[in-house]
Amino acid sequence: MSDPVLEVIGLYKNFGALEVAHNIDFTLQRGARHALIGPNGAGKTTFINLITGVLAPSGGQILLNGQDITGLGQAERSRRGIARTFQINQLFRGLTVLENVALAIAERQGIASSMFRPLSSYSEITDEAMDLLGNFELSDDALRRIDELPYGRQRLVEIVIALGQRPSVLLLDEPAAGIPSSESQHILDAASALASDITVLIIEHDMEIVFSVADYITVLVSGAVLIEGEPEVIAADERVRAVYLGEANRD
Amino acid sequence: MTPDAEARSYFSRRSRLKWWEGLPWILAVATFFVLPDYMAFGTQVLITIIFALSLDLVVGFAGIVTLGHAAYFGVGAYTAGMVSAHLGWTEPISALLLAGFVAAIVGFITGAVLLRYHGLTLLMLTLATAICLQEFANVNEDVTGGFDGLTGVSFAPLLGLFEYDLWGHTYYWYSMGVLFLVFVVVRIMVNSPFGLSLVGIRENSARMHAIGTPVYRRLVTVYAVSAGIAGLAGGLFAESNAYVTLDVLSFARSGTILIILILGGVGRLYGAFAGAVAYLVLEDELAKMSPEFWEFGVGLLLVLTVMFARGGLLGIFDRLRKLFSRATP
Amino acid sequence: MSQLSNIIISIIFDGLAYAMILFIISVGLSVTMGLMGFVNLAHGVFAMAGGYFVTSLMSVAGVPFIPALLIAAAGVAVVSLPFERFLYAPLYKAGELDQVLLCIGLVFMASASFTYVFGPDPVPIKVPDSLRGQVDLGFRSFPAYRLFMVAVGLSMAAGIWYGFEKTLIGARVRAAVDNRMMAQSVGIDVDRLFRFTFALGSGLAALGGGLAVDILGLSPSFAIQYLVLFLIVVAVGGLGTIKGTFVAALVLGVIDNGGKYLWPEGGAFFIYAVTIVILLLKPAGLYGRQG
Repeated sequence: MSDPVLEVIGLYKNFGALEVAHNIDFTLQRGARHALIGPNGAGKTTFINLITGVLAPSGGQILLNGQDITGLGQAERSRRGIARTFQINQLFRGLTVLENVALAIAERQGIASSMFRPLSSYSEITDEAMDLLGNFELSDDALRRIDELPYGRQRLVEIVIALGQRPSVLLLDEPAAGIPSSESQHILDAASALASDITVLIIEHDMEIVFSVADYITVLVSGAVLIEGEPEVIAADERVRAVYLGEANRD
Repeated sequence: MTPDAEARSYFSRRSRLKWWEGLPWILAVATFFVLPDYMAFGTQVLITIIFALSLDLVVGFAGIVTLGHAAYFGVGAYTAGMVSAHLGWTEPISALLLAGFVAAIVGFITGAVLLRYHGLTLLMLTLATAICLQEFANVNEDVTGGFDGLTGVSFAPLLGLFEYDLWGHTYYWYSMGVLFLVFVVVRIMVNSPFGLSLVGIRENSARMHAIGTPVYRRLVTVYAVSAGIAGLAGGLFAESNAYVTLDVLSFARSGTILIILILGGVGRLYGAFAGAVAYLVLEDELAKMSPEFWEFGVGLLLVLTVMFARGGLLGIFDRLRKLFSRATP
Repeated sequence: MSQLSNIIISIIFDGLAYAMILFIISVGLSVTMGLMGFVNLAHGVFAMAGGYFVTSLMSVAGVPFIPALLIAAAGVAVVSLPFERFLYAPLYKAGELDQVLLCIGLVFMASASFTYVFGPDPVPIKVPDSLRGQVDLGFRSFPAYRLFMVAVGLSMAAGIWYGFEKTLIGARVRAAVDNRMMAQSVGIDVDRLFRFTFALGSGLAALGGGLAVDILGLSPSFAIQYLVLFLIVVAVGGLGTIKGTFVAALVLGVIDNGGKYLWPEGGAFFIYAVTIVILLLKPAGLYGRQG
């Protein structure tokens, strides 16, 4: 029954004396909607950075579809099907929405290194980009520059770029970050509308999104896994409450 | 056009030839007939445009800030000069191709080493590399002519047909031909998927890594191509002047070509044309009158460009065009 | 004293004097670049201004050497503030290219202006008699002025190091260099701190420029000539570090001097080669921090 697409075994990371990831064992089941939650500074983004190759681990293993990717670089992991979004938008601000998405699609299709044929001759890129944008109601914004768009729509483009990579594993780092909760419905809809053959790991603070999207939750505290399980189990757990209650008190 | 059709045709509309793209070439041809006594000067302007185009690829599109691009110009110049002076090679076109080729190789090797670095470190490395090359040329003076320059450079008539004349007519057309070919290649590259990915790397290299781009490889590729083009410019320089000095490798040359590109408008290809013409013509007129006045003027122009007119001359044209099209209903 | 060891001592000593000038001029650049990340190629302009200020004070107003140095340093420090506020500050968020070009533009403007006012030829300086001639240190004699340079340089280095490491304001600067945002959130007024550091650095550059006239010469092309060198000292030493600037100035000063002495035709090559090697191995400089 278990079909892990991503496995993390004994992963740890130190910066000198500072340990940001502590012996993490983690499994992502194929097709899952898996949420990663935890207080600020728990190391959630660090974890994503370790999985995607932005950071090299100090020890441990990462397996994608059973293959060891621990030593591979970012670009190679991306080509093997891992895509991620960033907590703070990492977009190509001076370019149009269409170009932002086209970049990811061209790279995936392996034609981004083509030097002597015009981009316009690859109509499949534009077609696919417009299709994707259409799914997110961004078609009318296709030719607008990123920095002309309201933040909420930029956040959607952030996701569309990752989808242009046609990943098998999509890591969403706080997709609703910076968006007022009144507008986060779009993000929620986007997350729910993702194709079922894509495996999703979502980091989120917004508990509404977490509990409506996730079928499995891992709680990370101080770089280590505290507990993981189905949403009802996590919601009822005393330790989780304490961690978040502690955080709520601090606010 | 519906928004959807507009979007789907965006890339082809953008890369389509526009009517005003013919202007620079018409102007270049017209200059031959209108100012026949200035052909030697005109040739140097054309050569500078080629050099500026090469820099635009690297700085304007890929976003690599370099203060040492003259290294490749100089390698090209010395290659062409030395095969003539030492090996008695007189066929100009093959010497030119060799110059570009050698410069591209040097660009590939230096790029492969340097492009692993970024920011200030990369800036200093490009600078130091060019200076080291200059010192290297200086020291090996039996080969390069050292401080006194390389003499004995002479080439046979182009294609065996066109005699060289004192007024530089042949070289003007020859350089224009090279510029045209280089421009066509660069324009195609810039409008290709590769070109877009360079802009992506410039705008946000972190995201490019995340979407699977082999960033380092792309940068080294464009750097090598750019070095080759700079080498072609250098080779033309050697051939047209029949003389090469250490100055072809100098920091001053690297700085000047960067200034020219900025003043014309970076990242727009035609900025190289506008900048080279404007700078060299003004320099010819003003530097004669008063070198300090010229130096001050260039400095002031640079400061004003950076603070108020980031797009250079072409940027100003654009703004005027927009103003004009708003004024006329 | 054998011929060889005599030569070696001369090279090291001259290199040391040269290094002290490089240090005094460049230390301000290192700290301000470390604080604001602004690539200031125009820093040499302050040194040049200091040199001209000193020579003018001495020749026109008859001010003695040491007071002229101090006045020039203070004067340039004050003048540098509007410079920073109106020209540099708008570009802190801009890209590296813009900053580089702005500075090149400023250097050209300064060079042209000084040529217009003072003429293109090198300016002579009348060093006080007490600093001329040779001083006998027992085992051999050394040129007095260079000895003075070394003494001034070492004491300034000690003073600056002390200020940087041991005073409260120095601690604030170090914190802001290390992590600007964190420093701000702890209540450090980074902008005001930066302006103070900038003025101090420019004043020091002016002082160094005044001291350098006798050894390096002074002409309106000084800022352009030495532009690369100051940047190299800072890049090799590491941004925002006093120790780094000092060590880099020492290494590069001695190597440059020695290289040119031992191999007049190609000696300049050495510091650039050393720079490349050091930066390839330690991209953030000898004592710089990554990221």
